[in-house]
Amino acid sequence: MENDVLLEVTDLNIEFHDHIIPETVVFDFDLTLKQGEIVGLVGESGSGKSMSALAIAGLLSRKDMKKRGRIFYDGKDLLTISRNELRSIQGNDISMIFQEPLTSLNPVKRIYDQVEEPLRIHTDLSKEQRYEKVLKILTEVELDDPEHVMRQYPHELSGGMRQRVMIATAMIMEPKILIADEPTTALDVTIQSQIVKLLKKLNARKKTSILFISHDLSLVRTLCERVLVMKDGYIVESGPVERVFTNPTEEYTKKLIAAIPKIDPELIYHNERDTDSK
Amino acid sequence: MKTNKKNFNFILGIGIIIFMVLFVFLGRILPLRDANAIDATLKFAPPSLKHPFGCDNFGREILSRVIQGSFSTFCIALGTVFIGTFFGIIIGALTGYFGGLVDEILMRINDAIFAFPSILLALLFISLLGPGTYQVVIALGIAFIPSFARIVRGEFLKNRNMDYVKCAKLLGASDLRIMVIHILPNTLKVLLNSVLIGFNNAVLAEASMSFLGIGVQPPDPSLGRMLSEAQGFLFKAPNYALFPGLAIILMVLGFGLLSDSFEK
Repeated sequence: MENDVLLEVTDLNIEFHDHIIPETVVFDFDLTLKQGEIVGLVGESGSGKSMSALAIAGLLSRKDMKKRGRIFYDGKDLLTISRNELRSIQGNDISMIFQEPLTSLNPVKRIYDQVEEPLRIHTDLSKEQRYEKVLKILTEVELDDPEHVMRQYPHELSGGMRQRVMIATAMIMEPKILIADEPTTALDVTIQSQIVKLLKKLNARKKTSILFISHDLSLVRTLCERVLVMKDGYIVESGPVERVFTNPTEEYTKKLIAAIPKIDPELIYHNERDTDSK
Repeated sequence: MKTNKKNFNFILGIGIIIFMVLFVFLGRILPLRDANAIDATLKFAPPSLKHPFGCDNFGREILSRVIQGSFSTFCIALGTVFIGTFFGIIIGALTGYFGGLVDEILMRINDAIFAFPSILLALLFISLLGPGTYQVVIALGIAFIPSFARIVRGEFLKNRNMDYVKCAKLLGASDLRIMVIHILPNTLKVLLNSVLIGFNNAVLAEASMSFLGIGVQPPDPSLGRMLSEAQGFLFKAPNYALFPGLAIILMVLGFGLLSDSFEK
């Protein structure tokens, strides 16, 4: 069982030093991610969930902030290894998708070039091999007519398609860990469920572990096996999804769950009657 | 309506530039009299079929001199913009992308250079290097670096915190790769404009330097020098001042219109 653990984060503290008074935004963050597991990370805005994710992805600047703790991946501490070593892990073993798919794509480059980028950086495949791989991954993220899409620019695609392209870029190297930082927040509800289904499919097929960050609890409930709840930089509760949702121990978690919008039959009835009377 | 106007500017600008380029290059192919050949019998000859632009105070063919002068002005402006853009991009990219101490040091030097009027700065370099065509290119080129560096730096500053750069970093791209392959293409739109405006400024700067007598050295023709020589004969031979002036105007107008049409 121990060998299944892919990523182990212990006692991660993140402290900003870009102001006169240092400010700590994440306290004692602990996380273990096993192979093929989907872990949810929920919390309100400013609770430190994105910061923790960025730290794991190695994206936090090394100058302005102090990080304590350990992020173990493959026997290496991502916080202390050299930048070159980190770079060889980034995109190859760990990749990330962001909230806003439009700004995450380079506006002046064609989709093909963007999806191909990791292959150019990490492999020395020939042009034809790269093309094959790009075509394959674009098909796998269920884009219609991938050969047409790869010749387009980001502004020509819809939000859902852009997010699929982002997922394709993140998944093309078949990373072991995918960090999804609110990947569905900027999308409308029908597209949201498609993207979540897609992530689930990719997870099942490629055994990629996913760290799914969201403030949409119902999405987390359908997708994840385990969940961590963060508030003000602390993990306040963690455990299997069903346990946390049916039997939350913390007051804050209870409040979060109570805030999930539910369809009230009474309300629908009233609305219908209102429109009828007009 | 608005796009129509932009298109009109674009077509007119391109048209003028093509006309100037054809004028200069055809002029160099056609068997015209040598630009420096003196013929006392043709002194102040008025424009005629044989001498379309007339002749100057030494009986030199003004048409060949305008062609020759336009060509050297064009080349000097091109070289100037090239030096300015090349070093401007390097300095702007490094300072904008990395920030920190490098940024502070380079940008303060930049500010110091920027504080001088570019003509004055070019004069300073000319006095160090001595007058001549190549010296003009180097002097003007150095004087033009700060403005390009500033523009590129601003664009890199704006782009370096964008999500797509974060994504590229996350894919394991090196800093150099991010700067050259990811950010640079995004700055081209702004850069293209400033290159065109810079080209105009370079044409004018070269003309003013030749007018002051420190640009292209006589007897080789230059538009600015021709203007300054024509000053004394403005009433006797207005065509002497008219044609070099027209060449400068057309060159500046063409590139000005073009850069206008690229603006948002």
